[in-house]
Amino acid sequence: MIRSTAAEMAAKLVAGEVTSVALTQAHLDRIASVDADVHAFLHVDTEGALAQAAAIDAKRAKGEKLSPLAGIPLALKDVMAQKGIPTTCGSKILEGWRPPYDSTVVANLKKNDIVILGKTNMDEFAMGSSTENSAYGPTHNPWDLTRIPGGSGGGSSAALAAFEAPLAIGTDTGGSIRQPAAVTGTVGVKPTYGGVSRFGLVAFSSSLDQAGPCARTVLDAALLHEAIAGHDPKDSTSINAPVPQVVAAAKSGDVKGMKIGVVKELNGDGYQAGVRARFEESLELLAKAGAEIVEVSAPNFEYALAAYYLIAPSECSSNLARFDAMRYGLRVGDIDGASAESVMNLTREVGFGKEVKRRIILGTYALSSGYYDAYYGSAQKVRTLITQDFTNAFTKADVLVSPTCPTTAFKIGEKANDPLAMYLNDIATIPVNMAGIGGMSLPSGLADEDGLPVGFQIMSPVMKDERMYSVGAALEAALLSKWGAPLLDKAPIMGGAK
Amino acid sequence: MSLTYDDVVAKYEPVLGLEVHVELNTNSKMFCGCSTIFGAEPNTQTCPVCLALPGALPTVNEKAIESTIKIGLALNCSIAPFSRFARKNYFYPDMPKNFQISQYDEPICVNGYVDVEIETDEGTKQFRVEVERVHMEEDTGKSLHVGGATGRIHGADYSLLDYNRAGIPLVEIVTKIVPGTGKYAPEVAKAYVSELRDILRGLGVSDVKMEQGSLRCDANVSLRLIGSDVLGTRSETKNVNSLRSVERAVRGEMIRHAELLNKGERVVQETRHFQEDTGLTRSGRSKEQAEDYRYFPEPDLVPVAPDAAWIEELRAGIPERPSLHRKRLQEAWNVPAKEMEAMINADVLGIVEATVALGADPTKARSWWLGEISRLANERETAIADLAITPTDVAAIVALVEKGELTDKLARQVVEGVIAGEGTPAEVVSKRGIKVVNDDGALMAAIEKVCAEQAETAEKVRSGHLPAAGALIGAVMKETKGQADAARVRELLLAHLGQA
Repeated sequence: MIRSTAAEMAAKLVAGEVTSVALTQAHLDRIASVDADVHAFLHVDTEGALAQAAAIDAKRAKGEKLSPLAGIPLALKDVMAQKGIPTTCGSKILEGWRPPYDSTVVANLKKNDIVILGKTNMDEFAMGSSTENSAYGPTHNPWDLTRIPGGSGGGSSAALAAFEAPLAIGTDTGGSIRQPAAVTGTVGVKPTYGGVSRFGLVAFSSSLDQAGPCARTVLDAALLHEAIAGHDPKDSTSINAPVPQVVAAAKSGDVKGMKIGVVKELNGDGYQAGVRARFEESLELLAKAGAEIVEVSAPNFEYALAAYYLIAPSECSSNLARFDAMRYGLRVGDIDGASAESVMNLTREVGFGKEVKRRIILGTYALSSGYYDAYYGSAQKVRTLITQDFTNAFTKADVLVSPTCPTTAFKIGEKANDPLAMYLNDIATIPVNMAGIGGMSLPSGLADEDGLPVGFQIMSPVMKDERMYSVGAALEAALLSKWGAPLLDKAPIMGGAK
Repeated sequence: MSLTYDDVVAKYEPVLGLEVHVELNTNSKMFCGCSTIFGAEPNTQTCPVCLALPGALPTVNEKAIESTIKIGLALNCSIAPFSRFARKNYFYPDMPKNFQISQYDEPICVNGYVDVEIETDEGTKQFRVEVERVHMEEDTGKSLHVGGATGRIHGADYSLLDYNRAGIPLVEIVTKIVPGTGKYAPEVAKAYVSELRDILRGLGVSDVKMEQGSLRCDANVSLRLIGSDVLGTRSETKNVNSLRSVERAVRGEMIRHAELLNKGERVVQETRHFQEDTGLTRSGRSKEQAEDYRYFPEPDLVPVAPDAAWIEELRAGIPERPSLHRKRLQEAWNVPAKEMEAMINADVLGIVEATVALGADPTKARSWWLGEISRLANERETAIADLAITPTDVAAIVALVEKGELTDKLARQVVEGVIAGEGTPAEVVSKRGIKVVNDDGALMAAIEKVCAEQAETAEKVRSGHLPAAGALIGAVMKETKGQADAARVRELLLAHLGQA
């Protein structure tokens, strides 16, 4: 049962072949049996999930009209505020904090009767590409437990790959949905910036952060996308326009006559051979399905990583200033006679991890007077140039494509002490965030040299998210018929459960 | 030996700069829906947004933008077609986000001016104070530092925080430097803040209560030798909580600076705190090393781009400048300047104006509001505006007196009845059965009765001792329950006793 897609589970719920309580319990059992090895979850809300499931079953029994995903369990990235449920962002500084309010994404999930199983592990405050920066220990890749599941949303993607949940929520600031999807053989979508409300998403970098759906199929991601997206008056940067018709696009999967642009700069040197091979193969399949493959150039992408590591830390240095021990979370050194300043200092010293401190320091420096123009100012100019590159490229192609990451999953610890090597993981995903457009990663097979999953990235213009779903669905269908079974069937079977 | 003020201005030219913070009177905060009512229990007017809980996001209060644009227009500013919020980053426990959302290099209003007048020995003088910018920001919470000698965070035993004020919309109005005021600098500073306060009150955008902190002034002062065009080092005096203090603070700082300069010492660039009791300032935070606030555009908010048509609509609704308006009223009503000032100080000018607009005689309207109604307000320890009596009521009462349907004395009973919530003047008159007895027959009956009862007194009057009539008139008034017109009673009584 747990290996089905969310759409299949939904059909069984509607047909009365299974209840939401049974489905939820099956996933809770799975979590109990494998999560000691995977460590995808930081908090499992057994009682809350079962109560929610029972309420949904009762509604269904009464014949109430329910949403398409009603009764399906989901794993929530721990960066999303959920009323009464611990929300740590993978940081010690928020240990024990229970939000008094729901994020808009959580409110939308509840409105759609999606069952929230618990909170998933992540790099602290979403800063990282391996989930090793979590203050609560790393998550392990279900394909190989000695490897990273990507990051920052490694917990959400690992939960999908280990069949602990059929759906998950991630957030993507520079690739934190797409890169974990790529290295775990799952699907992850970063919608257009402003497509999904950021209210209640604990901010890392406000102008880049975007929540999105994680799933095992393109259609499941589309169903979740429509459930969480839409205008929110509580988020000024939320777009006031109809949600793109992504479910219809995922169902049709029609790419005939579409122009697919291969970004010259996001390929070649630095990309693992197996990654490139799978990418080429996917392009051939799309061409066979009726798409036209063209090459496009985005000359300013080479500055994207550098600009990102000025803008994101700058914003984070300000966003994370509120963690000061005054109103919530950890408080250290509050002894008689200690000043507020010393409590703030000690709390931040103890409460933040190394990578978070590194970025706060970087950002504080970049925003300082005398450096602002050279760093933050220049980075904003690069951002504009990257956006222009996309605008130009989209005059030549309907969507753009690239490998999601240069490599497959690396070993836990391998890059932990080399921040620059770590940052390079996101070289192909970052431009999408800089321009605020949509991006998707879906599995394109296994690399020949290591047998690990490879991701294929599709990028679509602002509020044209349906295009990446059409292309994703077409490629997924072509690959499925080539493989004869879902890619995850090749992953090690853990916990003995089928 | 300390300098006199005359010594200072004989040698130095003061240069002023004024920064005024105004709390807007919007119902909700700048970036969330919390109430802004003053004086609530600490931390009861808060939410995830103004407490900066993780994940919370600000949204802009449209009303605050409207009020700020109105202020800009009233101060003759240009309204920027595109302006942005910025984050001002610094750590302080009463600032929940540890950054303040403000405006930096792209404020909403720029380049305005306010003309002020002061009365001097040399006659009325006019000065133009140029306004550099008007921008929006949010207020911080309030800290109460308990224990320690200074009442400041350093040395306190502990501190209490109230976040009710955190996020209240603030508008900052910054002048350009104001040179050329010479010895009148203190008066010009006071006149500017006073004029600004009147303008803001006229716009209805703020309570402008300096004592409650809804209007706060920072006075920047520097001196230079007369004839020099090099600016001296300035000090920035905060905590100036009344118009009088503005004047005193500027004067005090001018003397302090001059004493330092005369001794060959240098003025330290710093904030200073005004002490209401001594009229002196004490040293605050040094600004020798410019603080680095790491301003950058607020990524959680979209830029403010007000529609040009909307701005014009707001411009059309800007009222006449209060000072000009007053001049006009003073002429129309023909009242002395002193009376005008009395009305302004009692905050009744607008009410009097409204009463006059409803047809009441200006002198009568003024005397009701400044006299009996003010007295009743004092008695009840409340503001005139909070009494249950309106310009419509007062105009109606004035009309009733004019028509002879009420005497002044009866009218006072009606005013009291209206304030007591007994209804409109007409309703009070009818409910209390108040009416002038001008039926001569009824009056004569009362007169005859009184004269019979007090025959001895009546005889005195009859014999020409007129002062004795007072007692009889009083008795008749009592007999008619105060509803008679005393003048008519006197007439009839004297005729009755053969003294007409």
